[in-house]
Amino acid sequence: MSQSFKIRKGYNIKLVGEASSNDFGQYNASTYAVSPLDFPGITPKLAVKAGSKVLAGDTLFYDKDRPEVKICAPVSGEVAEIKRGAKRKILAVLLLADSETSYAKHGAFDLTKGDREAAATHFSSTGVGAFITTRPYGVVASMNEQPRDIFVNGIQSGPLNGDLAAQLAGKSEAVQAAISALALMTTGKVYVSHDVDATDVPELQVDGATHISFSGKHPKGLVGTQIAKVAPINKGEVVWTLNAIDLPIIGRAFLTGEYAPEYKVAVTGSKAMNTGYATMLQGVNLNEFISANINADNTRLIAGDVLTGIQLAADGFLSFGKAQLTAIPEGNQTEFFGWVLPGFGKFSTNRAFWGWLFPNRKYDLDTNMHGEERAFVVSGEYEKFIPMDIFPQQLLRSILIKDIEKMEQLGIYEVVPEDFAIAEVACTSKLPLQQIVRDGLNDLRKEMI
Amino acid sequence: MKFVQNIIDKTRPLVEKDGKRNLLYPLHNALETMAFVPDHTTHSGAHVRDAIDLKRTMVTVIFAMVPALLFGMWNIGRLHFAAIGGEAALLDSFLFGALKMLPMITVTYAAGLGVEIFFSWKRNHPVNEGFLVSGLLIPMIMPVDIPLWMVAASTIFAVLIGKEVFGGTGMNLLNPALTARAFAFFAYPTWMSGDQVWINTKGGEVVDGYSGATALGDLATTTGLRLDDPSTEAIRSSVMTKFEVGGDYSLMNAFLGLIPGSIGETSAFLILLGGLFLVFKGVGSWKIMLSFFVGGLAMAGIFNLFAVNEFMGLNPLHQLMLGGFIFGMVFMATDPVSAAQTETGKYIYGFLAGFFGIMIRVFNPAYPEGIMLAILFMNVMAPLIDYYVVEANIKRRAKRVAHA
Repeated sequence: MSQSFKIRKGYNIKLVGEASSNDFGQYNASTYAVSPLDFPGITPKLAVKAGSKVLAGDTLFYDKDRPEVKICAPVSGEVAEIKRGAKRKILAVLLLADSETSYAKHGAFDLTKGDREAAATHFSSTGVGAFITTRPYGVVASMNEQPRDIFVNGIQSGPLNGDLAAQLAGKSEAVQAAISALALMTTGKVYVSHDVDATDVPELQVDGATHISFSGKHPKGLVGTQIAKVAPINKGEVVWTLNAIDLPIIGRAFLTGEYAPEYKVAVTGSKAMNTGYATMLQGVNLNEFISANINADNTRLIAGDVLTGIQLAADGFLSFGKAQLTAIPEGNQTEFFGWVLPGFGKFSTNRAFWGWLFPNRKYDLDTNMHGEERAFVVSGEYEKFIPMDIFPQQLLRSILIKDIEKMEQLGIYEVVPEDFAIAEVACTSKLPLQQIVRDGLNDLRKEMI
Repeated sequence: MKFVQNIIDKTRPLVEKDGKRNLLYPLHNALETMAFVPDHTTHSGAHVRDAIDLKRTMVTVIFAMVPALLFGMWNIGRLHFAAIGGEAALLDSFLFGALKMLPMITVTYAAGLGVEIFFSWKRNHPVNEGFLVSGLLIPMIMPVDIPLWMVAASTIFAVLIGKEVFGGTGMNLLNPALTARAFAFFAYPTWMSGDQVWINTKGGEVVDGYSGATALGDLATTTGLRLDDPSTEAIRSSVMTKFEVGGDYSLMNAFLGLIPGSIGETSAFLILLGGLFLVFKGVGSWKIMLSFFVGGLAMAGIFNLFAVNEFMGLNPLHQLMLGGFIFGMVFMATDPVSAAQTETGKYIYGFLAGFFGIMIRVFNPAYPEGIMLAILFMNVMAPLIDYYVVEANIKRRAKRVAHA
């Protein structure tokens, strides 16, 4: 009997532009890019230079402090350019793809005989270790860590998230292989979460895992919520997390030795002329896809969802680990006395506007801030959206004053920025909560290493 | 709209960094963001945001205060005409009150915002909306005849010492509006208490039997007179008949607000209506309001059980309808910055504020406005309450490690 939890604190932001069942088919491009900026906590050290020939699964760069953390090429081809920013910071490694992908030979992994050490090496060298995030800190995991447990998030309940059942369909074998591989990495449990309110995902009915199920509001689909309900993280403990959607890629790396970070990407948002699912590789240049399917005029293009996604340029590349594209209007217009008017059509988690009378209304939200940044004034606001036993505002304050000890006491080990995303949307004072949490985790990590 | 935008755009160079009127930049910015919700878009974290902002929250509170404010205007007019025995048409009374009230509101906003704008300029941050509410609360808790310069002085003191020295809106320990009232109360006691200040009697001779005292002022005169002392029976009953059905301070009159008092605080009914609106809108904390009421009721109930004088023996519900209790409960104790900020803490904070409010009022008749002092006291105690609530969470977390 699996454990079951109902999430009552939270909010489902309902937007127009859900992914239809439309299938765009395979989308390829001639250029690909991998950006170190997609990997918080990594100081990139290049393994290639402009002109290098790479195979899919060859290391492009690794973490300077933890060389076992490797980021690999999604396609085979030639390194076209190392894009750098201020102070020669590496922004992206651009690849010119071969017409036919050839894979680096990492070899199949025998899951029936493998031990932890061999599995760790395989995770690291094939590049699929990068899909694993470690808590505390919310950074890419090092395979040298000993996680207490591993949490696989099988719930996609964020705004306009794709249908996981559709995205994982037919990948049972690879999913099972990934779970078996993960099981080698921990002496604890591998948890797999299921959404009671969504279509059942048969591919996730795997052996060798502890199944947990959730119903209720988002953030049930955030792994932080799931950990907090099942087995909260204590100081000194390490927990790994990953998304179920990454499992087939991990599984394939173990079954065949090939690194092929391919997703059925959900194309969503009110600015998408066509919604649906497109099969594409991580890092693909989206230029042609966007001009064909998205109205890019005054549009915010996001890899991921509106809560935690990464902003993309109109000729951008699909960010690492993101299986969703969201296109919403930019909100760069002023509004005359918008704060006094009744605002019947406005989106608000707060009853100060009237939208709460229509709980099922879907909104076409834009990116307007709806106000200026202010000090903390309202209290009890964040608690409504964070179903964990923490005091969000007090934690944020301790981060702002860089009081490491207080942060620890108040449970910073249990959170990553995404756990504060809904609270950030709702915040009356328009404070950048996710950035504050990220800064806090960075400060803490610096202190600990 | 276009016209407003043009004015804003035209005047902007004057106030920008190198402009001649840089000191006015925060004012310009405040007016601009008031007229137009800015076109700022999200640049980090979540890509969409809630329509709510601090302006919306504050204006919701102001809407909630309007009924009590309008009633207060009418009530001071009504009491004025009743005192001098003149005609008391609804409109005349209201106009009389409005003419008293509007200058006070104007002066409060001018003085308070002046200080705020100066500090915004000095600290280089935008003007916070907090004073929109404080600026309207202050005149509502003043007696009708207080000179405008005292209102200004109290406001400046409250904003400066109550708020800005702590770092501005969001950082203050004390409720700024109550700080203003406390300042006025202790600095200008003759204008803030007694039986001369609550009703304006200028321009006429007072009618026979007129008394300018408030209900609490009258009750305070009975505190030395023990219930078991028959020799004071006559004095006591002369006061207490006013509290009976049909009397000046009857429960119904107190509930509706037809009694003398600070301008905006008398009508429990309309204030409660505003409170319901705040709770309904999710802006005011029902936890604080409820526990405040329960706290007051508990203290009044205890007094009632062990009454040795008429003040203590007053019906608990009647006790709560008098003075600033309901006003404090709805508009003062609920200030999110100076109240307890943890959800558990709010119950404790509210309960004790209501409890002490009635205790101070009854035990120290020199301070009929015990509510104000109790809330200020609890403002100071709120961080301590929060500290223990948060500490419990920390202990719980530490215990988890010990058991793991």
